[in-house]
Amino acid sequence: MEQLTREDFKIIDNYLMIRLPKEVDHYNAGYICEQADRLLMDESVQNIVFDFADTGFMDSSGVGIIIGRYKKISCFGGKVFAIHCSRQILRILSVSGLHKLVEIM
Amino acid sequence: MYEKGGRKGKVLSVKNEMEILFDGVAENEGFARVAVAAFVTHLNPTLEELDDIKTAVSEAVTNAIIHGYGNLEGYGGEGKQKLKSQPVHPGKVRLHCLLEDGILHIEIEDTGRGIEDVDKAMIPLYTSRPDLNRAGMGFALMEAFMDELEVESTPGQGTVVRMKKKMEAGDWIKEGD
Repeated sequence: MEQLTREDFKIIDNYLMIRLPKEVDHYNAGYICEQADRLLMDESVQNIVFDFADTGFMDSSGVGIIIGRYKKISCFGGKVFAIHCSRQILRILSVSGLHKLVEIM
Repeated sequence: MYEKGGRKGKVLSVKNEMEILFDGVAENEGFARVAVAAFVTHLNPTLEELDDIKTAVSEAVTNAIIHGYGNLEGYGGEGKQKLKSQPVHPGKVRLHCLLEDGILHIEIEDTGRGIEDVDKAMIPLYTSRPDLNRAGMGFALMEAFMDELEVESTPGQGTVVRMKKKMEAGDWIKEGD
């Protein structure tokens, strides 16, 4: 399985861009959460962008990642964005109600 | 096993069965869902059906691994393995698939700690491990993406998750021929 690297996490202005792997499951989730939380400690980060361009598969672990990060930044007025969502990802986001919290673009 | 007419015949009447037994570790989640997807490919499922099945299998297997066996060491980054804070539970997950009359039956069984209150576990957003960045959406997604879901659990002995899904694609592909 292809591994995530630090390159997949970028800070642009006050946005943290996370490029998610091909498959977002419990196996990958630990690393994504840990890296994202480390970078969120950086005071300049206000918003998070999840980039699903490469992602073909996601399960509820992905929902867990997004909800967890949303809780961390929403109290400081931050927003969460999801971009390049495929049809399956959109379905999971709407079944889990996340489309009300996350701006899907 | 095909009733008649070979490939263009009644593909949906095929009866087909498979069973896999694998270790309850995070590395096998991807394997399990891809195995089930490969098992149903000959029915020409739509991408949507495949995604539904893969997501549902992934949820059930992940539940067995992290809740049933408590093997939390899923860690997919930079090839590093997290320090093992606890010994890996040696339990196995049994995945059984049966394809009959165009209906896919999936059974995922573990012999882990079981669920005390199944109804509570099935409430969307309820999670017994809020510390793990879990969403509590596992059973909700299984219910949403499959046609039927049944959970049977005995605390201390294990859990069986049974799911059914009607595979409909074969019909209209045949008509379009």
